[in-house]
Amino acid sequence: MIWVDTIVQGILLGGLYALFAAGLSLVFGIMRLVNLAHGDLIVLGAFLILVAATALGLHPFLAVLIAAPVMFVLGWALQTWVLNRVLGDDILPPLLVTFGLSVVIQNALLEGFSADSQKLSAGGIEAASLALGPVTVGVMPLLTLVSAVAVIFGLNQLFYRTALGRAFRATSDDAVTAGLMGIRPQNVFAIATGIAMVVATIAALYLGIRANFDPSVGPARLIYAFEAVIIGGLGSLWGTLAGGIVIGVAQALGAAINPEWQILAGHIAFVVILLLRPRGLFPRAND
Amino acid sequence: MSILSLNSVSKSFGALKVTDNVSFDVAPGQALGIIGPNGAGKSTLFNLITGNIPADGGQIVLNGRDVTRDTPMQRVKAGVGRSFQIPQPFTHLSVYENLMVAAQFGGGHHGAKAGQFCMDILDRTGLADEAESASGGLSLLQRKRLELARAMATSPRLILLDEIAGGLTDAECGALIDTIKGIHAEGTAIIWIEHVLHALTSVVERLMVLNFGQMLMIGEPAEVMEARAVKEIYLGIEV
Repeated sequence: MIWVDTIVQGILLGGLYALFAAGLSLVFGIMRLVNLAHGDLIVLGAFLILVAATALGLHPFLAVLIAAPVMFVLGWALQTWVLNRVLGDDILPPLLVTFGLSVVIQNALLEGFSADSQKLSAGGIEAASLALGPVTVGVMPLLTLVSAVAVIFGLNQLFYRTALGRAFRATSDDAVTAGLMGIRPQNVFAIATGIAMVVATIAALYLGIRANFDPSVGPARLIYAFEAVIIGGLGSLWGTLAGGIVIGVAQALGAAINPEWQILAGHIAFVVILLLRPRGLFPRAND
Repeated sequence: MSILSLNSVSKSFGALKVTDNVSFDVAPGQALGIIGPNGAGKSTLFNLITGNIPADGGQIVLNGRDVTRDTPMQRVKAGVGRSFQIPQPFTHLSVYENLMVAAQFGGGHHGAKAGQFCMDILDRTGLADEAESASGGLSLLQRKRLELARAMATSPRLILLDEIAGGLTDAECGALIDTIKGIHAEGTAIIWIEHVLHALTSVVERLMVLNFGQMLMIGEPAEVMEARAVKEIYLGIEV
């Protein structure tokens, strides 16, 4: 029975990794941009929630409602004035710029908040649990997974049910032809990055409540997010959820065997899937 | 007032001058054909009109407004629609969705009206049965029809057709010509690059010949096709 419990805990942990990865997957799916600052932007979101919660005396679940629009505007501005200028056939400039951005964000957060660990306090809900048959699950991990499913469902609805979603997919297919259909690709990219930052803020909420964070933890979040996106198949949002769950379960199983193997087990699962299915579990047909 | 005016438009790629001081007008509702050998600069001329490449010199005026420095998106909204020589559908979108993108963002149609507008165009272009099909899986004829349908969905006042009849059988070509004649009859101006001359001359009122980026001549199709220079340069007939 301990293995069932371990796998359930792994699936719940996968929800957090899927939230880390969803924004990265969205941006990559639309503009083929690998944002190396994504992890640091999640951490920035966590600090924004912390500031809003502290300054206004709000619960983190309310403070995120203030941080999310701020992050949308930040993402929109970042894409409009920085990243759109370096997007093109050469993939190196965006990688270099987002790597530089990662360093800038980390140092700015260090300057503003010091290297001390921080945590978002959500009160009694943090320790609450539910008995689901033979296993007991924490309310926060369950909320995280439900949020991940809701976010990815919402993004899929946006993609496949709205005019903006059609613009996203058309621009992703062929930005030049999209321009001839009345779409301004730069605007589409800016909105997509804004939405990705809102998703990153939701990820930041659960990161901040479930674990300590400081300005230096972004790159590790990026690695988990990157692995989840690759495992799921580049640009596939439901695949990203599956990728997050694969890493979560692998880490939980690794930790059950030996606590020191937790992180390593997730990376090994990533390498094994990459060897068996180089294009991920759910690759897009024409990529 | 002309719907399109090009005044001394030029474009070079390095030392190669692909559009050399080209000037012409298209009246509202008029159909102009463009012929010329491969490499004459025909598709480049379309790219200059749509704004996909910037002109080095000269002026492009649409509906009386100078659009020389406008983006492709702005020119679409000003009334220019375009089909590509090599069909370029959005392969991750269905046929219907391809048109919806063009109708909503280029044509300014919204809500249920946009959907009905697109279905009407699919009906006219013979694609109604393929509305939900993935556009990446269409045949060549269907892709050409989709190119035309998508350009129509932007509600253009001027439509640019780039070798849309190329590679089609006579029967397929005939059906396409009927559709193009229908668009023309509604008052939409057309500029059509084509090597299938019988298709072109059955629709256009004026014909322009390009060679090495220069406009060789422009006039009535019969007059142009009989010109000695055209026969020598374009048709390869020594006169």
